[in-house]
Amino acid sequence: MRTANTPALATARRLPNIWDVVALVCVFATLITISHIARGTLVPIDAPGATDIGLDPWRLPEYAARTTLRMFAALALALLFTFTYGTAAAKSRRAGTILVPLLDILQSVPILGFLTFTVVFFMNLFPGQVLGLELAAIFAIFTSQAWNMAFSMYQSLRTVPADLAEASVSFHLSAWQKFWRLEVPFAIPGLVWNTMMSMSGGWFFVVASEAISVGDNTWKLPGIGSYIAVAQAQRDFAAIGYAIVAMLVVILAYDQLLFRPLVAWSAKFRFETTAGATAADPWMLRLIRRTRLLSALGDIAGQSLSAIGGMRMSFRRGTRRRATEGSRLTGAIWTFCIAAFFAWGAWRAFTFASAELTWRDLGDAVLLGLITMVRVVVLMILASLVWVPIGVWLGLRPAWARRAQPVAQFLAAFPANLFFPVFVVAIVHFHLNQEIWLTPLMILGTQWYILFNVVAGAAAFPGDLREAAANFRIGGLLWWRKVMIPGIFSYYITGAITASGGCWNAAIVAEVVSWGDTKLVAHGLGAYIATATEKGDMARVVLGVAVMSAFVLSFNRLVWHPLYAFARRRLTLG
Amino acid sequence: MDAPLLEVLACRQSYHKEASADLVVLDDVNLTLREGEIVALLGRSGSGKSTLLRIVAGLLKPTAGTVSWRGGAVSGPTEGIAMVFQSFALFPWLTVQENVELGLEARGVPRAEREKRAEDALDLIGLGGFSSAYPKELSGGMRQRVGLARALVVYPDLLLMDEPFSALDVLTAETLRTDLVELWAEGKLPVKSVLMVTHNIEEAVLMCDRILVFSSNPGRVASELIVPFPHPRNRLDPAFREMVDGIYALMTRRAVPEPKAAAVQAHPLAMPLERVGINLMAGLMEAVAAPPYDGRADLPALAATLHYEVDDLLPLGETLQLFRFAILEEGDILLTEKGRAFTQADVDGRRVLFAEALRAHVPLAGMIRQVLDERWNHRASAVRFRDELEDHMSPDYAADTLRAVIGWGRYAELFSYDEEAEQFNLEDLE
Repeated sequence: MRTANTPALATARRLPNIWDVVALVCVFATLITISHIARGTLVPIDAPGATDIGLDPWRLPEYAARTTLRMFAALALALLFTFTYGTAAAKSRRAGTILVPLLDILQSVPILGFLTFTVVFFMNLFPGQVLGLELAAIFAIFTSQAWNMAFSMYQSLRTVPADLAEASVSFHLSAWQKFWRLEVPFAIPGLVWNTMMSMSGGWFFVVASEAISVGDNTWKLPGIGSYIAVAQAQRDFAAIGYAIVAMLVVILAYDQLLFRPLVAWSAKFRFETTAGATAADPWMLRLIRRTRLLSALGDIAGQSLSAIGGMRMSFRRGTRRRATEGSRLTGAIWTFCIAAFFAWGAWRAFTFASAELTWRDLGDAVLLGLITMVRVVVLMILASLVWVPIGVWLGLRPAWARRAQPVAQFLAAFPANLFFPVFVVAIVHFHLNQEIWLTPLMILGTQWYILFNVVAGAAAFPGDLREAAANFRIGGLLWWRKVMIPGIFSYYITGAITASGGCWNAAIVAEVVSWGDTKLVAHGLGAYIATATEKGDMARVVLGVAVMSAFVLSFNRLVWHPLYAFARRRLTLG
Repeated sequence: MDAPLLEVLACRQSYHKEASADLVVLDDVNLTLREGEIVALLGRSGSGKSTLLRIVAGLLKPTAGTVSWRGGAVSGPTEGIAMVFQSFALFPWLTVQENVELGLEARGVPRAEREKRAEDALDLIGLGGFSSAYPKELSGGMRQRVGLARALVVYPDLLLMDEPFSALDVLTAETLRTDLVELWAEGKLPVKSVLMVTHNIEEAVLMCDRILVFSSNPGRVASELIVPFPHPRNRLDPAFREMVDGIYALMTRRAVPEPKAAAVQAHPLAMPLERVGINLMAGLMEAVAAPPYDGRADLPALAATLHYEVDDLLPLGETLQLFRFAILEEGDILLTEKGRAFTQADVDGRRVLFAEALRAHVPLAGMIRQVLDERWNHRASAVRFRDELEDHMSPDYAADTLRAVIGWGRYAELFSYDEEAEQFNLEDLE
């Protein structure tokens, strides 16, 4: 069912090169600059009256609507970004050299750590207005959604089948027509899938980004996230329950109304020669297709889009320009610009670091990073031990797999931070060790990626291989070792990459959790960043985020990429 | 003679369906297998022969009847029975050597012996130099040799083969067949008996000592034939050809009463149809109309020239027979007047002739058109027709039948079909 979907992170099989370093420095130089501007302007702002949060459950529909609206605003931005950035990266070799590694780095930056700066930055763009806060929240959600969508677009554009590309050239399609007639349709299945993953990730951020405190200032945007924050501060268990129910309804609604139909619809763009097993159409899609009014609306939308795509927009007549054709002078200027930006960034980072930080700080951050890494590794092992056997069991039983798949996807979309208070109360009540018992929170939301990928893998396991294994009476450990685990391995890795990336990010909100005045802190890089944020200590936030990015990046490059490449090379079927 | 290796008695396999009656795949099948013989299960697709093979292997449990192996009941995969798969079923992550050793490893054979036996098996089958290769590095023929080695290495008493050569090209398949027969004739195969499933008549006559011909819907053993020729056999030997022709005649003779019987049955919709393309029908009619056949062709000869197997040719012939474009009799295909007219008509004429035949002989097509004519908006959901079909046949057959009628109806311009909405309509028709 999901065989063709791989996380954008995994398919970039490249060794670290000089462009990674350049991109890393550029990203951080820019972030430092933003934070620097932000720090100078960190003045108390009177919270606008519109941002009072009440715990009356009847206000929840309004909050839920506002939260959802933010999600979709961010999604629109992310789509815009995808179509421009992803296209530019794929179409221009020159831009690609810097845009692709940049994207790779951006994917690995735990953006939760930078929430503070972006809030202050946007507040200063629109002083004293709620708009600034709104934009900050939307931006935070955008940063959680955009990268993998853009990557998916980039990869699709790079793998458009050569014969179709030749056909469109031979029929004299302009670049604009080719883009809409061939490249976008080809990219749609991957894009829809990644958009769905992005939305799932986005809920986590929306909850975290609505209520922000920097130093002594706390801002709350009306929304489910703020509602939860207030409930947490006031120790209102019932309110937390209401919020969870509201979230459940919202996610169920957008899943049923938007994504199920979208995924089913996108199947027609799949580039396959064999017709796969087609699942029944989701009811919403049937409704749209069968209902005259809705299908007419759909037709109008489709036709207007099609008209735009059909326009002969061509900026340049004649043959396509070849990438190698660009003059050497422009190439030199381009390289010089990047080099200059790199030099400036390096200098900027150096002056910033030497003014504010000592080597000791770096040592502390790395040490804490190691602690968090141990947590991530242990969690991944535990989650795998639990979910792989369960996933295989479910996947080999088609009736169960069909039921389990949407449930697991749904659970992956649910923002796990809503459940944090429950854990806090339990830890306090049973006097548990917070260093250990806060840890599971990190994987609470992302473990489902392992489950549903393993289920998909086991469900796709070929029947003839199962029969062969049965015929030769292979059982027990041998069966797991030689038959099943290799068979699901590439699926498992796909899920594990997503889960482990999510774990790192979640550390920032999971290692420090509060319930009323009770505050539980576990040692780790996430807590380091969270504490620095609370104190308004920008230098240490930047350091923490940089170290965490480095950890995530090396984890991906040294563990996941080789494993994924191995799985692709050796363990795929056919 | 000694006791039989394998005995299948009154075997029946059926699948439950909620609404209608059980779907019977195999009905009252008996089979006895002794040491030293190669037996073929020959039949069309859907005749349940592969199902029977899986029942013998212990991979499936029959709904009724008994399977006994060396006197004991078979319940689950049995030691002493090894299988070769149509799709090879090699584990892509294991090397050739590891694939071959797998069955031994499952039995707990020590490593040294495992390696020795695997090497011997690979040498026997002509794969000595490939032991460290991965399956995807090998061609189809080589892969099937690995599949064979993997089965032989466990020294099975009974070797099961499920259409082992049908995924290979013609030349490769022939080489593999002759190699296998040679090894068997020389007594080099470490097996006592072979049971193979095939839909290739010549293959069965070339390799086997005994052939069980299956009929379809439900699968039954229609007849049993002894192949008296010694190995190696010559395909061009007149006696060999005669036997092949005879089996063709046998299989087409069985096919004749089916559509008529179905038409006589209670409901006109109880007629499963196979998805046969218009171009294919036209192509076959043209081939039969042209010299050297001039309207009457011997099926085995036709199959050989067109590189078709029974599985491809018989459904095609039967569909032509349904439309009264041709008649099948005694292993021959015979064009009717209408069939001849079709081959001589131009593009539009062919469409008109086909439309007439479709309305006259496929009640479902006529019914769809009638419903569309009666509706004010000239639209009808495909689901209702599928539901109706499912009252008379299995969901798979119903889906195939509907797809066949959709394809034919669109060509005949009897109706249009909107794939996305799953609706029939009368748009775009004159």
